[in-house]
Amino acid sequence: MTVDITDPRAAEVIPAAHGLRPRRRIGIGARLTEALRQPVLVLAWLVVLTAAGWALFPWLFTSVSPYEGNPALSFSPPSSEHIFGTDRLGRDLFARSVYGAGTTLTATLLAVLIAFGAGTLVGLIAGYLGGAVDTVIMRVIDVLLSIPSLLLAMVIVSVLGYSTHNIAIAVGISAIASFARVMRSEVIVIVNRDYVRAAYGLGVGRLGVVLRHILPNSLSSVVALAALEIGTSILAVASLGFLGYGAPPPEPEWGLLVAEGRDYLAVYPWISILPGIALALVVIATHRISTSFRKEHRR
Amino acid sequence: MSEQPTARAEGAAVPAEDAAGTKPLLQIAELRIDYRAQGRSWSPAVRGVSLHVDPGETVALVGESGSGKTTLVQGSLGLLPASARVSGGSISYSGVDVTGWRDARMARVRGNYVGFIPQDPNTSLNPVKKIGQQVIEAVAFNERTAASSQEHIDAALESLRTAGLANAERVFHQYPHELSGGMKQRALIAIALAGKPKIIVADEPTSALDVTVQRVILDHLETLRTELGIGILLITHDLGVALDRADRIAVMQRGEIVEHGPVRELIANPSSDYTRRLLAAAPSRHQGRLAPSPGLQPRTPGEGIVVRAEQLRKQYTLRSAGGRSLVNALDGVDLVVRAGTTHAIVGESGAGKSTLASIIAGFATADSGTAWVGERETTSLSHRELREVRRDLQFVFQNPYTSLDPRFTVAKLIAEPLRAFRVATGRAELMTRVRELLRAVALDDSYLQRTTAQLSGGQRQRIAIARALALNPRVIVLDEAVSALDVSVQAQILQLLVDLQTELGLSYVFVTHDLGVVRMIADDVTVMRDGGIVEHGTVQDVFLSPQSDYTRALLGAIPGTRFATV
Repeated sequence: MTVDITDPRAAEVIPAAHGLRPRRRIGIGARLTEALRQPVLVLAWLVVLTAAGWALFPWLFTSVSPYEGNPALSFSPPSSEHIFGTDRLGRDLFARSVYGAGTTLTATLLAVLIAFGAGTLVGLIAGYLGGAVDTVIMRVIDVLLSIPSLLLAMVIVSVLGYSTHNIAIAVGISAIASFARVMRSEVIVIVNRDYVRAAYGLGVGRLGVVLRHILPNSLSSVVALAALEIGTSILAVASLGFLGYGAPPPEPEWGLLVAEGRDYLAVYPWISILPGIALALVVIATHRISTSFRKEHRR
Repeated sequence: MSEQPTARAEGAAVPAEDAAGTKPLLQIAELRIDYRAQGRSWSPAVRGVSLHVDPGETVALVGESGSGKTTLVQGSLGLLPASARVSGGSISYSGVDVTGWRDARMARVRGNYVGFIPQDPNTSLNPVKKIGQQVIEAVAFNERTAASSQEHIDAALESLRTAGLANAERVFHQYPHELSGGMKQRALIAIALAGKPKIIVADEPTSALDVTVQRVILDHLETLRTELGIGILLITHDLGVALDRADRIAVMQRGEIVEHGPVRELIANPSSDYTRRLLAAAPSRHQGRLAPSPGLQPRTPGEGIVVRAEQLRKQYTLRSAGGRSLVNALDGVDLVVRAGTTHAIVGESGAGKSTLASIIAGFATADSGTAWVGERETTSLSHRELREVRRDLQFVFQNPYTSLDPRFTVAKLIAEPLRAFRVATGRAELMTRVRELLRAVALDDSYLQRTTAQLSGGQRQRIAIARALALNPRVIVLDEAVSALDVSVQAQILQLLVDLQTELGLSYVFVTHDLGVVRMIADDVTVMRDGGIVEHGTVQDVFLSPQSDYTRALLGAIPGTRFATV
């Protein structure tokens, strides 16, 4: 027998050729065609991108000022001139909605960042150190989870003072708990993986192992949760705005816009309903997008 | 494909007994099976395979992972996953064509005609049901006409006894977790036998079991064959098992049968290259230690001792229903590894060999006892001091699929220890060393930017070895480092280890359950059982004149020895 079993290429092509075919990187073109098969997802992206556009460059979408109204035109119903109609002071509701996106979405983003950052850190510490540290941290998290998050946010805003920024901070803090939970359970799994043990075996220090191996490998499900949390946070921010914890009245903010039309709901329904629909659409769209993320993550 | 036009009742849809006659029990003709690939395309997994099993005959289907052998079996039993389809050919049992039969009808065939023994006994039984119930289920399914439940119970007990469980009454009332792996596999055989099948299809029935247990189970299957006159289709990746047990062997590669014939003919005169390579790679057919590749200077084992352990003890607490119990994982174990040699630690599962390896490597602590790496005592070191020991002693894990960070590229993986100890300064120097290491394990630069997902098992293990070499250690501890690999890949890795030892004067602590591999690579061997040392000495001494009965039993159970000298 003269077969050279030492030639690495001789037999290793066998497993390589089967099952272990290198996974192809998905190109942008392939991604686009894949996406077009899901029209709802495309629609969701359109909605979210439009909302982001409103928030970033509101002047591109409307030339009307959101603050100055024409009292003569107060309570005019939706028309080609004012597609969302006007409010009590004759201000253009479309302009107010467009400018309101900035306030609401910035607050949302800030809230999610706070929750994501702090939650990930707390979960990482608890999961990695384990033992008494883990027990103490997780009991505090349990307490946080047991308080309804909107109530918790209201308490925090009351302490910090009424403003959109404080709303963001409050909503962020109230969402830390769920991030910490997910992160901790993920870290506990990763810590026991062979490659983490192997890294210690290679002489990598503790901090190195945490930063290079544990953190990157446990982040993916927290990122998926963050995407999901955006929708929830928009609602929370708008709810607090609606209740009057946020920016003072002349400021356009989605929750506040809905609140302002509350008293006229029976007579001039568009004042509440049209900004409300915009809000609902954005929340639903972000939710749809985050589910698609999670499906991809699970693959 | 249409169903048989004969308007037989559902119960009689099984191939009739009188049809058996001279027809083979199982006849697979030109069978093709495809898997759904991306989008609407199909990729073939089985490409026109023909195979038959006659009464009273054992046919072994041998192939490495990905060869399509399991798919073939699933196809012939009608158990294909939803993503697969039969695209051509036919399957018939005793001359009755069952191709394209729908599931309910195939289920009858599976119960009454074919008995299927699945791969892993540890996951194939329902954990919340007693063994008895699970066997009765099979009995009742296959004998709808049978009357009382007492008859079912009797039949189930009978089946358990036939499967070789002496204490059938006790097992009947036990749950799967109360049984050992071997007993679970017997329970599965009992379930397979419940329908009084004509043919047994066993998919890697002993791969998850220890060698001594494997031997008993395979012996028993052989007894069943002679006593009941059934046919057996044995699927295995282990050529040794096939050579020992089968009348005929079919070798499968990439979805095709590349060689098919009686065992002796296949050994004496293999017609395909692939079979030759498999035969050459089978550890049991290898005489003595692997020689270094040509061109390397023969090694001279250095003087001195690189690893030493004295009276290591380790206890684990087991929590069970009956309260806590202590298990001696290590019970006063000594070990001496000479410089420049390979010391193998062998034993069956639960022998404590992995515990010993991880204590030596500093992954676990001992309850008492001392271990030294070189002159340094390692059993009482802090995290920081232990890190310094890593320069001298490196570890290679069993499973290359879990021991490499999936997010890292090959270059990053190999560079990791170099970075950790700041051995190479500057990117250029780092990459030079990484390339050097990659070449040392016979891979070229094209692998540098790949991620592990793009590598085969053998390539991954090469990367793990390259990484272990990075710091120029004196000792490498290999914990079952070749057990997860196909034999041909295993042979290459072993050769690589021998070559590296010759070149670099490395010492290995080689933990394995496979005595065949020990003979190929080790100088010294320590045999462990239940946390204690049964026997130790040079491989020559232990293999040629084993002192303990246990070692003899282990050696006798190595599959493939029957034809080792052919």
